Amino acid sequence: MSSRQSAGVSRRAVLHMGSLLALVSALPGRLWASVARPQSAFEATAVEGVFADLGVTPQRSDAIIFSVPDIAENGAVVPVKIEVDDEMLPGVSKVYVIVEKNPNPLAAVFAIPEGTQPYVETRVKVAQTCELFAVAEAEGQLYMASKETKVTLGGCGG
Amino acid sequence: MASRIRIRAQLKGDACEVKALMRHPMETGLRKDQLGEAIPARFITAVTVTHNDKIVLDAFWGAAVSANPFLGMRFKGGSVGDVVKVSWLDNQGDTGEGETQIR
Amino acid sequence: MISRCAAMLSSLLLLLAPLWSWAQQDGIFDEYRAMFGDDNPAVFVIDEGEELWFNEAGPKSMTLEGCDLGLGAGVVEGAYAQLPRYFADTDRVQDIESRLEHCMIELQGKTREEIHAKPYSLRGDLGTEMEALVAWLAEQSRGLAIAPGQAHPSERSSYELGEQLFYFRAGPHDFSCATCHGQSGKRIRLQSLPDLTAHEGAADAYSSWPAYRISQGIVRTMGWRMRDCFRQQRMPELIMGSEAAVALQTYLAVNAAGATMAAPGLKR
Repeated sequence: MSSRQSAGVSRRAVLHMGSLLALVSALPGRLWASVARPQSAFEATAVEGVFADLGVTPQRSDAIIFSVPDIAENGAVVPVKIEVDDEMLPGVSKVYVIVEKNPNPLAAVFAIPEGTQPYVETRVKVAQTCELFAVAEAEGQLYMASKETKVTLGGCGG
Repeated sequence: MASRIRIRAQLKGDACEVKALMRHPMETGLRKDQLGEAIPARFITAVTVTHNDKIVLDAFWGAAVSANPFLGMRFKGGSVGDVVKVSWLDNQGDTGEGETQIR
Repeated sequence: MISRCAAMLSSLLLLLAPLWSWAQQDGIFDEYRAMFGDDNPAVFVIDEGEELWFNEAGPKSMTLEGCDLGLGAGVVEGAYAQLPRYFADTDRVQDIESRLEHCMIELQGKTREEIHAKPYSLRGDLGTEMEALVAWLAEQSRGLAIAPGQAHPSERSSYELGEQLFYFRAGPHDFSCATCHGQSGKRIRLQSLPDLTAHEGAADAYSSWPAYRISQGIVRTMGWRMRDCFRQQRMPELIMGSEAAVALQTYLAVNAAGATMAAPGLKR
């Protein structure tokens, strides 16, 4: 389920992520990596707001292999899988999962250190039929793939 | 106390694939209970995966990650017997941890 | 009565069944279900159920290890698969929930009132003790043939009562179970409706409950599923462990007999 290629988008990416203070918070006995939680992106209530917070609208890339079921039996749990072809797009350092019509579209952010493959699987809530976006950050640029999933309501309902 | 994280770590080619299932309600704070009272938000905000104590993934989650969340990832290297740990922190300050050995 | 010859074929089918156990599906959700792999959050609830069994509780501060589910005190492997059945000590046919209730009362000193106060989770609940115990006990019957008792006259009466209730039309919508589940090839929205009067449909249903219900994030039992059907039909409440609840489970279990238990399953 690869992404669609669209017309060129500006390549200039402002690293809002990098401009944020890298907070280091402590989990019992451990140090977090120096990556900050993009809290304002999590609070954005529309996809445009998430992209604005990330600094730029990502450009579409075929290197992102985004697996989302065409039709979900229930919107409470929708499996997603994101894999980036690291020959086509090396140096992926972050992956974002965005659900267009959720109250807060940004669902998850994964920080990928050196030595970890750009591959994540998780399950997200999808409020209603809409587009899901997988965004990858690599070498200061943002790329994306998107796919629609249809959310169904089962049985007798209620 | 029953384990709050089930982890499997398996070598696949030159990478180790980690699959973790976590026990957590991932409550958004938007639901109401049977009596019409709002159910307080309680969801994992951060997850870390380590391999022999080196961080191989840091994740930030919002309440839109599904209840009893699943996480799959892959890192390069790793040998049978190495320790893989997964730990989480939620918005109420609660934590969970689990570990396994690579097969 | 359904031919038992089909039972052998069906049990073979179900041995090959994936985690998702609706063998009659059109395939529309195949891609969705395949993406879940083997990762079913019911594993947590199973662990919790096991802890509860061995936990000292109630005024008598006793565990449930002395509970006889039909194969002897404390024997849990295979117990779920041979229910419902007649029990001499209570002189009635009992399903898993009514038998657990009996053990909680007799062994632990709990009261019927407290057990019935909230046997099944309500919205926002993270699971009840009954749901966890049934999840663990069903796991102890995984891979075994469904074999409810039918040798005792009370067991056969329970089946007959269950069949009557299955076809009994009531409530403001004049529904019976048979309205939706009395024939094959029907669906509600995108959910196939198994024909529970036939072995294959009954086997699909009975072998896959209890199940982790992803829409609710908790494990639900067969008894709960029937109770929720009653609610959706606007029928009076189907009381857990009542003669009616047991009879309906007997009807379904007998129609499913021979098929392989594959619970807890994973459902929408």
